[in-house]
Amino acid sequence: MADNLLLDIRGLVIEATSYPPGEPPKDVTLVHGVDVQLEKGKVLGLIGESGAGKSTIGLSAMSYGRGGVRLTGGEILLNGRDIRPAAAWQLRRLRGREVTYVSQSAAASFNPSKRLMEQVIETCLSHGVMTRPEAESRAVGLFRKLGLPNPETFGNRYPHQVSGGQLQRAMTAMALCPKPDLVIFDEPTTALDVTTQIDVLAAIKEAIRDTGVAALYITHDLAVVAQVADEIMVLRHGRKVEHGTTDQIINHPREDYTKALVSVRSLEHAEKPEAAPILRIENVTARYRGTTFDVLKNISLGLPPGQTLAVVGESGSGKSTLARAITGLLPPTKGRISFDGRPLSAAFRGRTRQDLREIQMIYQMADTAMNPRQTVRTMIGRPLEFYFGMKGRERDLRVQELLDQIEMGKGFADRYPAELSGGQKQRVCIARALAAQPKLIICDEVTSALDPLVADGILKLLLNLQAETQMAYLFITHDLATVRAIADKIAVMYKGEVVRYGQKSDVLAPPFDDYTDLLLSSVPEMQLGWLENVLEHRRMASAGN
Amino acid sequence: MRIPVSALIGMILTAGFVLAAIFADIIAPYPLDAILGGVWEAPSAKHWFGTDSIGRDILSRLIYGGQITIFVALAASLLAFSIGSFFGFLAAVQGGWTDQILSRVCDLMMAIPSLIVALVMLSVLPLNLTVLILVMGVLDSTRVFRLARAVAMDIAVMEYVEAAKLRGERQGWVIFREILPNALSPLVAEFGLRFIFAVLFISTLSFLGLGVQPPLADWGGMVKENKDGLTYGKAAAMVPAFAIALLAISVNLVADWVLSRTSSLKGGRGG
Repeated sequence: MADNLLLDIRGLVIEATSYPPGEPPKDVTLVHGVDVQLEKGKVLGLIGESGAGKSTIGLSAMSYGRGGVRLTGGEILLNGRDIRPAAAWQLRRLRGREVTYVSQSAAASFNPSKRLMEQVIETCLSHGVMTRPEAESRAVGLFRKLGLPNPETFGNRYPHQVSGGQLQRAMTAMALCPKPDLVIFDEPTTALDVTTQIDVLAAIKEAIRDTGVAALYITHDLAVVAQVADEIMVLRHGRKVEHGTTDQIINHPREDYTKALVSVRSLEHAEKPEAAPILRIENVTARYRGTTFDVLKNISLGLPPGQTLAVVGESGSGKSTLARAITGLLPPTKGRISFDGRPLSAAFRGRTRQDLREIQMIYQMADTAMNPRQTVRTMIGRPLEFYFGMKGRERDLRVQELLDQIEMGKGFADRYPAELSGGQKQRVCIARALAAQPKLIICDEVTSALDPLVADGILKLLLNLQAETQMAYLFITHDLATVRAIADKIAVMYKGEVVRYGQKSDVLAPPFDDYTDLLLSSVPEMQLGWLENVLEHRRMASAGN
Repeated sequence: MRIPVSALIGMILTAGFVLAAIFADIIAPYPLDAILGGVWEAPSAKHWFGTDSIGRDILSRLIYGGQITIFVALAASLLAFSIGSFFGFLAAVQGGWTDQILSRVCDLMMAIPSLIVALVMLSVLPLNLTVLILVMGVLDSTRVFRLARAVAMDIAVMEYVEAAKLRGERQGWVIFREILPNALSPLVAEFGLRFIFAVLFISTLSFLGLGVQPPLADWGGMVKENKDGLTYGKAAAMVPAFAIALLAISVNLVADWVLSRTSSLKGGRGG
């Protein structure tokens, strides 16, 4: 056992200096004495919410502290040597040779002006691991193993000439090329669409198995890590919560926090019956100015009052554009939109104050949706003042009522966005929309930027508010678990068209069209062997054709 | 928050200049235009910087001149910022034709060297402080317009601005309540730099005889009055010239520091 141990981190302490505005700088501890053991050829999943310290711990395996983070205590034994106190020249030999790294956004990590092959074999050459012909043939072999198209010539392309999923696989090839002992995967599939994620995940898993490399797999998605990891470590606030085999964590979690993570996607919502729509979209076609390409093609949808229509699709399918067409930011070139029996003017400038008030919008990034220099009181109070003429004490009371409604309570009204957490920011955005007493709220990926547990809280809040106020939601998302949790009706979009539309129970029941089938089967499920089953199923299906 | 030594020196010197200008009547040892001694007397205990071309006390004139110079430069910069940022924000928010027209007019004004435009305008218009400030302010506003438009462009595409538009807010609210507070830090830093340019500009105009007119004194005019003394080895013209340089450098030191603190346009609240 001891001979097999590749990485042995003991009592790791990581600190950083924070600079709160208007206060003297102070040291904060990010990681409080965490132990990590990894045997050769094994995969350990590190999982936790943002701020749990999972990336920080992952990077410490190459003795690296990102952004001024300091590794201040404990031992990091790699192949039996403590690398924490190692000198810069020793680390230089080690990084990119014994330990390599795959980052989240491959698109931002490749040099756009160099061919892929140059970048993939760069570390091999600079470390003198192999000669150029050797490295190139190894890279081609890896391209083939990772299922990249035309592996012989793939390396001649530039980063912009390949897709995001292919780029992520090229980066995996780069990491595996110098035959490292350990690869750190830092959220390698988080930025990808579900339909792409499954291929990349399968490629990574196969490459890990065939090369016998050990890996740290960092992610916030338990369902994803369950497919690749042998063991899982759950982290929270820089401390270890639970560590066990994948089977034990998924099926028999011991700690409450792990149980919450495992059950987070089990929110269910009973479908409401069909009714006459309040929002009616008829044959809407739209394109951006100066282009010759329709982003929305002949879309017809309806949404009854008090219900939720989920619009699902991958990035580029036109679902956010649909929201812009409904709000009037992008006037459709053809078709009609009517609301509550009235036709809506195509551009928002032509709409009445009542039209504007009754359709509100909540955005994906609460950070950019809130003016950083307005307090919560100003932000929520402005619609009250603007639409209902409330002033002074009356307005302040109503602001507090709304804050209570979004379960935030007292003490938040005079804060600035920078003083709120991600989930609180999104709640304030919801309150701002609520303040206008709308009949329809358009939710554009409102939970995508949030951690699973926080997102869960937001979804529950939205459902409660709907039950209280009978608002309709147009819910745009790429996450099918969210759809199951809240939708009454579903529209599946693909390349600007609605490919499937109807009541939730109908849309999610077979027989499926090809795209919906692909989309549904690509959503990772929290069970062992899911990935293999899906791939096997697809192989059989294509053999059958 | 730590203030670097250079910025601290800049602040102390700038504050010194401003205080001297405000309390000129109390500080100045002699009246502005009293003839007190011989022509171009050397510095002495009575006249610290000597006397000028007709025997007036240079120190007193320097203090009163500072008052005029700083007042005109400040007023012109404020005017430039009011005009420039308003139209800059408007161009960014409205886009389309409004933006095109405003930007092209601005280009047109910038295509002609501003000193030449100023000389032509001032030789036609009556010469007084108001006209001077208006001409300088309008000419300088083109530079502010460009900056304000660029900064506001970045802010205008943020979702909170979109949210305000969708709420049905008027242009005034969008500009003054959503965009202005977020554009303030880069504009304040730029204000320091534009103020220095205004000091140099008014000094240049006065040196050429089209700026502040006698009996009022300003630093550029003082250089002009005493420039002949340089031929005879008299340093009188150097004193106001040195004052211009010192003010420019000290304000610059402060502006540099503010600029470095706000280099990120989308930075946090920062108090």
